[in-house]
Amino acid sequence: MPDVVWRRELGRVLAVARKDLAIERRSKATLNAVIFFAALTLLLFGFALGADTSAMRDAAAGVLWLTVLFSGVLVFNRSYQLELEAQSLESLLLYPGERRAIFLGKLLANLAIVFVVEVVTVPAAGILYQVPFWPHLIPLIGVLLLGSIGFVGLGTFYAAIASRVRSREVLLPLLLFPMLVPVLIAAVEATTAILAGDPMGNSGAWVRLLAAFDAIFLVAAFFAFEYVIGD
Amino acid sequence: MCGHDILRESAAIRSVVALSGQGAGIYDDLTVSENVVFAMRMSGLAVDPAQLRSVIDEVGLGAERDERARHLSAGMRRRIVLAQIRLRPLRLLLLDEPYTSFDDEGVAYVNGVIRSMRERGGSAVIVTHDADRVREVADRTLRLDSGLIDGAEPPGTDALPGRPPHLRLTSHA
Repeated sequence: MPDVVWRRELGRVLAVARKDLAIERRSKATLNAVIFFAALTLLLFGFALGADTSAMRDAAAGVLWLTVLFSGVLVFNRSYQLELEAQSLESLLLYPGERRAIFLGKLLANLAIVFVVEVVTVPAAGILYQVPFWPHLIPLIGVLLLGSIGFVGLGTFYAAIASRVRSREVLLPLLLFPMLVPVLIAAVEATTAILAGDPMGNSGAWVRLLAAFDAIFLVAAFFAFEYVIGD
Repeated sequence: MCGHDILRESAAIRSVVALSGQGAGIYDDLTVSENVVFAMRMSGLAVDPAQLRSVIDEVGLGAERDERARHLSAGMRRRIVLAQIRLRPLRLLLLDEPYTSFDDEGVAYVNGVIRSMRERGGSAVIVTHDADRVREVADRTLRLDSGLIDGAEPPGTDALPGRPPHLRLTSHA
């Protein structure tokens, strides 16, 4: 693909991402609700686990990732909801160039929102579940990045499929959660290993697995998007 | 369509076709300028601030340039769509009820955009209930009656001055 086409497509990716983030920054329709929902989920899991500090610590990684996953579904649904509210999906699809630019733009915007949610959720989980995240911050950020890329990529893709049907809020988790199992397992295992100081040195294997899942899911979603959003 | 194969060159066709539906397709939380800039970027066009300002002034939204679309009337929102159309090098406009929410000045501007498209060698397909207004610009009109177009003139027999602006179509089984 010629250089000028690449630049034009990159411009379209950034245009979609900037547009979604500008709308979110002004309306705060998603972020406020999602952060509140994430905090509530952490609290409820805490109540469900009881006052056993050791049990809470053991469950912290799983609870953290489930909270991020549940919150993410709200973000993905909203991503296409705003196109439907503006009645702009048809116009968006009629613009020239690759429709995959829409997928990548929405992926970037959703990633940014999920990262903001994680910035709030991770310290909150650290305090509530009495887990010392700070000594392991750098590797933890790496796992959060990799896990988020995989799950946001799949979520953005399946939200595009669900956006065309009336019961999209119900359909999206039904489609998405089974597909997320490999990412969830790898992310939770890697996080658990890192939080425990990685005594067995097995976090690297989980991180590599997570990276492999990311690559597979992203490439598949990128190439399939044209067909799921198409005419 | 527009010199391109409709199945194999859909991307090329999309670069010269625009759709304006009854829903304006405008983002409420973006400003007038941002909505227009978004359309330009999505069309792969460079944003020229002077040209942007001039077109927004031309559609009568100069004073509302930095206003969010949610604070504008339906007619003003449709003017944003006209600004987006004016800035793109289009050859075919698909307009669904383009006169909705417009005052006389707005209607004249819509017809101006259609005329300018025709002068550049382009076309517009307009679907409207407002037959009187579309007559001012239409070369050919078809009447849809009870879901049927019939009695349509064959190609090349476009309505001429002095001829009925549209055929009274009668349905056939």
